[in-house]
Amino acid sequence: MLITCPYCGPRDVIEFTYQGDGNRERPQPVSQDLDAWNAYVYDRLNPAGDHNEIWQHSGGCRAHLRVVRNTVTHEILSTAFARGGHKSAGHRTEGKP
Amino acid sequence: MAEYSAFSLLKNALSGNKDWKPAWRKPDPKASYDVIVIGGGGHGLSTAYYLAKEHGITNVAVLEKGWLGSGNVGRNTTAVRSNYLLPSNTRFYEHSMKLWENLSHDLNYNVMFSQRGCLNLAHTPAQLDDYARRGNAMRHLGVDAELMNVSEIKRLVPALDVSGSARFPVLGGLMQRRAGSARHDAVAWGYARGADRRGVDIIENCEVTGFLRDGDRITGVSTTRGEIRAKKVALAVAGSTGRVMQLAGIEKMPIESHVLQAFVSESLKPIIDTILTFGMGHFYISQSDKGGLVYGGDLDGYNSYAQRGSLPIVDEVMSEMLALFPGLARVRMLRSWGGLCDMTMDGSPIITTGPLPGMYLNCGWCYGGFKATPASGWCFAWTIAKDEPHEFNAPFTLDRFYRGLIIDDKGQGATPRLH
Amino acid sequence: MSSRRTETGGRIDRLRTIRFTFDGAPYTGHAGDTLASALLASGVTLFGRSFKYHRPRGLLAAGVEEPNALVTVLRGDVREPNIPATMVEIYDGLVAVSQNRSPSLAWDISALNQLGGKVLSAGFYYKTFMGPVIGPLKGTRFWMFCEHFIRRAAGLGRAGTAPDTSRYERMNAFCDVLVVGSGPAGLMAAKAAADQGARVILAELEARFGGSANWSGETIDDAPAADWAGRLVGQLEGNDNVRLLPRTTVWGYYDGNTLAALERVTDHKEVAARGEPRQRYWAIRAGTVVLATGSFERPLVFPGNDRPGVMLAHAAERYANEYAVLPGERTVVFTNNDSAYRSAVALKKAGAAVVAIVDVRSDVSSEMSRLASEADAELLAGHAVVATEGGKALTGLKVQRFDLTSGALSGDERSIHADCLAMSGGWSPTIHLASQAGARAEWDPGRQAFLPPQPTQRWIGAGAFTGSFSTAEAIAEGRAAGLQAAGGTASLAPLPVVEAVPGDPDPAPVFEIKAKGKSFVDFQHDVTAEDVRLAHREGFVSVEHLKRYTTLGMATDQGKSSNVPGLAIMAEALGKPIPEVGTTRFRPPYTAVSIGSLAAERFGDLKPERLTPMHDWHIENGATMYSAGLWYRPMIYGLAGETVEQAYVREAKATRESAGIVDVSTLGKIAVQGPDAAEFLDRVYTNMFSTLAVGKARYGLMLREDGLAFDDGTTWRLGEQDFLMTTTTANAGKVMQHLEYFLDVIWPELKVTVTSVTDEWAGAAIGGPKARAILAACVKGTAVDNAALPFMGIVHGEIASVPVMICRLSFSGEMAFEVYSGAGYGTRVWEALIEAGKPFGLVTYGLEALGTMRIEKGHVTGAEIDGRTTARDLHLDWMLSKKKPFIGSAMMDREGLIASDRLQLVGLVSLDNRPFNGGAHVVEELDEANPHGSIGHITACCYSPALGKYIALALVKGGKARHGTRAFVSDPLRNRFGPIEIVSNHFYDPDGSRMHG
Repeated sequence: MLITCPYCGPRDVIEFTYQGDGNRERPQPVSQDLDAWNAYVYDRLNPAGDHNEIWQHSGGCRAHLRVVRNTVTHEILSTAFARGGHKSAGHRTEGKP
Repeated sequence: MAEYSAFSLLKNALSGNKDWKPAWRKPDPKASYDVIVIGGGGHGLSTAYYLAKEHGITNVAVLEKGWLGSGNVGRNTTAVRSNYLLPSNTRFYEHSMKLWENLSHDLNYNVMFSQRGCLNLAHTPAQLDDYARRGNAMRHLGVDAELMNVSEIKRLVPALDVSGSARFPVLGGLMQRRAGSARHDAVAWGYARGADRRGVDIIENCEVTGFLRDGDRITGVSTTRGEIRAKKVALAVAGSTGRVMQLAGIEKMPIESHVLQAFVSESLKPIIDTILTFGMGHFYISQSDKGGLVYGGDLDGYNSYAQRGSLPIVDEVMSEMLALFPGLARVRMLRSWGGLCDMTMDGSPIITTGPLPGMYLNCGWCYGGFKATPASGWCFAWTIAKDEPHEFNAPFTLDRFYRGLIIDDKGQGATPRLH
Repeated sequence: MSSRRTETGGRIDRLRTIRFTFDGAPYTGHAGDTLASALLASGVTLFGRSFKYHRPRGLLAAGVEEPNALVTVLRGDVREPNIPATMVEIYDGLVAVSQNRSPSLAWDISALNQLGGKVLSAGFYYKTFMGPVIGPLKGTRFWMFCEHFIRRAAGLGRAGTAPDTSRYERMNAFCDVLVVGSGPAGLMAAKAAADQGARVILAELEARFGGSANWSGETIDDAPAADWAGRLVGQLEGNDNVRLLPRTTVWGYYDGNTLAALERVTDHKEVAARGEPRQRYWAIRAGTVVLATGSFERPLVFPGNDRPGVMLAHAAERYANEYAVLPGERTVVFTNNDSAYRSAVALKKAGAAVVAIVDVRSDVSSEMSRLASEADAELLAGHAVVATEGGKALTGLKVQRFDLTSGALSGDERSIHADCLAMSGGWSPTIHLASQAGARAEWDPGRQAFLPPQPTQRWIGAGAFTGSFSTAEAIAEGRAAGLQAAGGTASLAPLPVVEAVPGDPDPAPVFEIKAKGKSFVDFQHDVTAEDVRLAHREGFVSVEHLKRYTTLGMATDQGKSSNVPGLAIMAEALGKPIPEVGTTRFRPPYTAVSIGSLAAERFGDLKPERLTPMHDWHIENGATMYSAGLWYRPMIYGLAGETVEQAYVREAKATRESAGIVDVSTLGKIAVQGPDAAEFLDRVYTNMFSTLAVGKARYGLMLREDGLAFDDGTTWRLGEQDFLMTTTTANAGKVMQHLEYFLDVIWPELKVTVTSVTDEWAGAAIGGPKARAILAACVKGTAVDNAALPFMGIVHGEIASVPVMICRLSFSGEMAFEVYSGAGYGTRVWEALIEAGKPFGLVTYGLEALGTMRIEKGHVTGAEIDGRTTARDLHLDWMLSKKKPFIGSAMMDREGLIASDRLQLVGLVSLDNRPFNGGAHVVEELDEANPHGSIGHITACCYSPALGKYIALALVKGGKARHGTRAFVSDPLRNRFGPIEIVSNHFYDPDGSRMHG
């Protein structure tokens, strides 16, 4: 698998650390809604298909990326910085041949 | 007279092996059953078997989307052990071990369970203490465990590098002698035949496409072979749990599906006589009766339903193998494959009633489901039959995560890829 | 043994004679020979024994798919088992031995297994060996007794244990076009792509480029095909943008068009050249892949088809044309298709007598009849071979009239004297890599073969791989594929002109001749057609069940020749078309790959070693080193004759009495900087950091999101926006990732950067009553008295002219200081401290004494913060701020995490004055015979010089309520049982008066 880091270009998966489901929303720090916290910490979307997920380029620039990847074909559909405000740097990888 | 025996082999050989019956029938699904078990893998089949055998519930269908045993029961590295740290796990897996020890007789099917031991190698004094903690925990629950020193280990596995000059020298190990390995396919087939002979319908090529409901209550399933109703619908679909639960309208679960690769070498004369694990990485190895070295390592580390692995893990596993066995550099890897692991948030399984009325859930086996096959089916059958868990699976609830009653043998928290 | 070498022809170098041994006997061959061709030329017919029945076997194939002729190659004590003799290039001094036989290949005692006959049918072992239900052999005992013998009988070659001293190497390569296979299609593709200027890699698994051109006997552009191929290879060699990789098997097609290949660099050499690795592992990222991997000829299934001397027709042709060896003098060809007629003609031309061509088809085309006459062979159309004769070599065979549609045999058997039977059951494209890439193959009823699927990754097929079996098609498709892969447009240049024997590529749909006797489908594993039918009878009808039940296709050749015939027999039994039975998905590797090559540079060098700046000093000064993760740290600095316990007790005692110094460089260190750094730390730590004054440090605790304890350490405020965080050694990387995740994903609005500076700083902790005096003696530029350097204060100064940062904090319970300097100056500062400490009796101490003093003090480390404990379990609830939320605060009070029976940190004192062991358990009632009722376990233990007792830290159920009670240590693993007292974890200086000074 090759993931295209917006900083570093296409890099082998070995350089990245998977940080899981990118759809999870962290409650506000002061929130006492235990259900919301539980959902955030424990529940996962686990689709067989396109999956919005977070990867860290830990063996490179160490940026966290928001990656849309198909969990059945392992095709990477898009990558972008996870950090807000950098979305313009998002990179769409080429589609299928 | 047992259907399978040395005598029946001889008798059938004399008649040209023409009289063997199918190991299980190929029935069409009926309109309704008392219990539908979704998933014709090891756990689903053993659930059906114990429903029939222990609880007299025989109006049961096992629905398998592909060929029977096509999931992890036929893709694992066949280790059977009960060497856990936490009592909830140890008790459950020890129950499984006891079922394993009599399984071939029980099923009249040789599942080739061979108790050749499982040895966890320790490479630092701290790790040895850690293993001692686990071994003592086992001993206090009546489970066998012993520490082995380096010379005992060398005698047991002469090919292992135990020299002090190794990058991670072997200092000792924790051995469970009653652990071992079994022939994975035989477990699926043995349970299938056992269930079939007790009246269970095993229906292959029957994929569940939705759930029939009466309000919240699950009343059956729609499948590629039509609608089938049931009083109780039980899920044992391992890596596909997320997908099937979504059909029932439950979008999120405390589960991620990951891919785990396994490898087998070409057939060799006996060289490794036990199951061995490396303490400074993720690596385990044993040798099959056919002679292939069967080994594997860590998860690929990301969600996947592809049953195919990536190259970096291949390299990692082989490197760890040679750190232990530098003499095996010229042995050749013959085949690799990937299995889907339903990784939970604490590394322990879920066997429970619900979460919807009429539904029963068995999942979260991470990469340890094979050894659990007998106890998983046994406990799940109990739970389905009695609508409450047995003592052995009572801790394995779905809500334990939310309540903080986590059973985290590795202490890694809610990061499934690290369990 | 007679020589089977022909007078002329072949692609061998007759001027170079090579000497080697097989099973101890000397042989010769020529450069260009494989072990198989050289032995065949010497008249050897018996090459191996089969897996189950130990039947004598000869060569079936000439290439990588060979299932029978497996050998072990020896290099001194280093063994390489299970290599097909067809893939071993001979070199002077080659030592090869046969396998899976005893006492010898010719006389193998296990051949008696054949007498087991029908009892040893597919899956027989599932039905027996279970043993008695009761008595001493119940349970698994009887099976394990039987298994002992089964294991010895099974297995092929023997692996060695002598360390392999060869080097393996890994290369990462990038190219526009990777061409796999160098037959006419692959060569044309590589040439076309290279001419477009693309970066091309051409990989060929054999030693010679050219594939079928080396033995087809065809003419291309008026030259022998082999010469044409040689010319093309010559042109490619001259191109800077082309890399030619001979002896390179592309074995894996992974995601992202990443392919894995194995180059056998020196396996064919007597001695490797300087610097050459034995094998090279290529990870190739290709823009586009051209799959020109050709096809495999299939055997026919009929009684006695495994007799040595029965081989694939193209293999016989190849031995004759490429290696100048006649596999037999009297050859019979047996076929269901046209391709074998070309083989017949080739064998005839090479000098063999082709006695007959037996064709299952009754209406053979006039062109084929003409070829039969050209081969001078009797054409037996509408016939089939029904038996073979001979022992370890073929002597004859029987044919009978055969009806294609019914499969019925009729008429009298006719015997034919022959020593070689060349068979052809049609061809299967080599679609393994395409299948690995992710898609399902499709059955083509004309070709009677699985053709490659639609691409799911960026590859283009060409030649026989696509089912286009003629060389002319291969050349056209190859060029088109190369052009397309390189982004070129269709070429108008004329294609090379091929003169070839014509033939219909479609075989008759006949896979098996049903007659009396064992007909083999999988040769190596001895799976017969009857086994396939037994699997059907017992319901193992899906292709995967068939494979798993019979072991069809599971041998070292992975079913390259047996898969399709096996499927066809199952399909017939089921009365279904073949595609409904299915095909198996091919998985990596395409052919077996050495484990050494996959480990490559990490063979012998698994993981890096992390050494502190003072590492060499420790070694030179007698430290015994301890491996902690990747780090090495001093365990003790033992004196002559001291035990470990004596050493650490001396070190700890001296520290408490005067002073001690320890290397703490391994602690994780993270610079946390920026306008929001303090706010960030407030969120990350359970306690408050925004209130920390500049120039002060504070002990901090982090939780995970789920509310359990994660890591602890001190963080120093060096400036308003500048913090230095320390972590435990083990968690340094995890904490760093944790911080980065929150900054990047959760709180991107915080203006904070985190930088790992673990390796930038050397750290020494100096503690004890004399520690301050020692510092005063060597530190310049700052005072170190109580006013300048209070508890948790930080000062900057110099030691030995090196700038240092000193923080007064304590892990040992003594007044202590951590001295940090630039890593490059660590040893200089360390030595200066040692020198300054001499008059004060300063000792160096290692991890054991460090651990001892922290146990006495009751501090927690990774043994207690083990991922399962909470702050409350460890009595750190005083650190949980109520004034602010922090990571884990919302989750830490869930019912399971505050239960009263949780394991809590306590101290233990040995009441029998004997040492504890780490990992021992604690029980309320001692039962040495049947240990039970564990209430907890020891996390760390030592002899306490301060208390004069053996003590331990432990996690015990409801521990706090048990202070002052008696219990027992129960350690059945080490047979250590005895009484203990449960006490507070703060053994030493509980009010901190020594530490605060």
